[in-house]
Amino acid sequence: MRRALPILAVLMVLLAAIAVVNPFFLEPAGFLAFLKRAAPLVILAAGQYFVIVSGEFDLSVGSLVTAEVVIAARLIDGDESATGPVLALLIVVGLFVGLVNGVVTTKLRVPSFIVTLGMLLVLSGAVFLWTGGAPRGALSQGFRMFGRGGLGPLPWSVLILLAVGAVAIWLMRADFGKTLIATGDNVRAAALSGVRVDRAKIFAFMFSGLAAAVAAILLGGFAGVSAQVGQGLEFSAITAVVLGGVVLGGGRGSVLAAMAGAFTLEALFTLLNLYGISGALEFTVQGVIIIAAVAAGAIRLPRKFTPRRGDAHAAS
Amino acid sequence: MNLLARGRRPARRGEAHGGLAARLREPTQVVFLALLGLVAVGWALVALDGGQFLTMESVVGIQQRSAALGIVAIGQTLAILAGSLDLSVAYLISLASLVAAEIMAGQDGKVVAAVAAVLAISALVGLVNGLVITRLRVHAFIATLGVALIIKGIVDHLYDGPAGKVPESFQLLGYSRIGPIPVSAMLWASVAVVAWFLLSRTRLGYRIYAVGGNEDVARLSGIRTGRVIVITHVLCSVCAGIAGLLLAGRLGAGAPTVGTDGGYDLESIAAVVLGGTALAGGKGGVAGTVGGVLLLAVLDTIFNQLEINSFGKDVVRGVVIVIAVAVYARRGTRRSA
Repeated sequence: MRRALPILAVLMVLLAAIAVVNPFFLEPAGFLAFLKRAAPLVILAAGQYFVIVSGEFDLSVGSLVTAEVVIAARLIDGDESATGPVLALLIVVGLFVGLVNGVVTTKLRVPSFIVTLGMLLVLSGAVFLWTGGAPRGALSQGFRMFGRGGLGPLPWSVLILLAVGAVAIWLMRADFGKTLIATGDNVRAAALSGVRVDRAKIFAFMFSGLAAAVAAILLGGFAGVSAQVGQGLEFSAITAVVLGGVVLGGGRGSVLAAMAGAFTLEALFTLLNLYGISGALEFTVQGVIIIAAVAAGAIRLPRKFTPRRGDAHAAS
Repeated sequence: MNLLARGRRPARRGEAHGGLAARLREPTQVVFLALLGLVAVGWALVALDGGQFLTMESVVGIQQRSAALGIVAIGQTLAILAGSLDLSVAYLISLASLVAAEIMAGQDGKVVAAVAAVLAISALVGLVNGLVITRLRVHAFIATLGVALIIKGIVDHLYDGPAGKVPESFQLLGYSRIGPIPVSAMLWASVAVVAWFLLSRTRLGYRIYAVGGNEDVARLSGIRTGRVIVITHVLCSVCAGIAGLLLAGRLGAGAPTVGTDGGYDLESIAAVVLGGTALAGGKGGVAGTVGGVLLLAVLDTIFNQLEINSFGKDVVRGVVIVIAVAVYARRGTRRSA
């Protein structure tokens, strides 16, 4: 909890700034709309956190989201009765992609940066090879409900987000979390003290794949079917995790902070929009803020932060 | 920590054995053998399809296709060897092409000024990358991603589509050739030779390997590691700038999407790693990168000649890259056993 404090403070400041410009934001409906919009990125950040804290990268989540949405649209094709099986299939595909990423990274000893980059190419190529270049078909109402609808006033996506967040925090408090952090901090020491490091990493990748599947289900409902739905999400998710103070290279940071980082990123977008810095310049401001935030984090903790640049790549 | 586990030391032991078989398993040899094999397979496949693989046209095509990526990948090799990496090259290429075309504005007289401006801007971007990484201690991944976003914002804000005009004389850089060798390929070759000389014959080259191998040890042995990293980033960005000039010459104008459409950021990293350079830094070289880029280009050509769907190409690429790196990783572990 204490490690999440700096990013939570930043988040509070940003939320307050949004509320000053747009009082509607303070009302339940306005805030829930924000949560709903942020949910996919926060879920992706939670998944990415597991991978990063174990000392690896997952660059494949963006194209995995796109692939999942395109697969869903093609298979459902407006048929309401197909919703259930397809949802199950999407989860299985997400877990499977994570499994492949994890096994190739740990057993074949390929750096995860390359494995997931390869997976990115394979997924984006394969899915459009299958659909012939553009997304086809349509999602059913039942499928879109998760991204759009709600249980009373509460959107489904917010409920799913809460569930994912609770599971992620519980996992990191359980034995699994401790072994995962130990693995990311020093893989050799962890292995020598009896941690099954390969298994821990494979699970981390599977969580990331699962998170991508859930995010895809929400985004498919929220934003609809397009070939760009997942574009750049891998970088956004990694940025969010790092904003939360999680160190690339592994072993440091909390999952709560990572999710707060994703909220912060989303709040930043909202704020920039409100102040009329929309469109292209938004990227410039985003770039400056990301560098500044990470640099500030490095300066504030000069003792705890050991430069691990080289390590991070080796571990990736 | 994985640095040690993943076969750096074994490689050195392998060199000591020095037999022909061990030599052939060095990544550089592997990638060129794979290239030969791929050319043979491509020749057979295209012949079965009723075409001819190594025509003048396709050889020139392979060289032209790979020149821009090749130049970027050489710069990326330097950054990766120093234990860093650069994700900003794609947007920098777009920016460079726009700056070049806008300054030239179709006039022959302004070519020199435009080239100078592009090189200066690229060097500045590299300097920023390097200083953010070394002085502000931001991880290279985040630092260069942030700089990439900054450039993207500026470029997208100022331009919606192609802008500027490149004079005929400069367009020669993109298309003309001497015999079977395009001018762009010669440019690539000269960049590669300069980088090779830098890495293997100068003090800076040894320092780059030292910093990439182990930054702490390098610092303790008196190398100003920060300066080395900054210099590699400046060189990497200048290479991206040169690639931007080349692409501006080919398009006849600057374009805000020319760098990202080519996927030069991730693809250049993939080409470097395909060439056997370790992503962790400190091991590898320019020759492997040249082989890696050519391998990707030959793969492209085979797919084009067989007229296979271009999405299939991405699938094969992804698999090839992962398999290649898995082979290099196995090589290391086997010898240490």
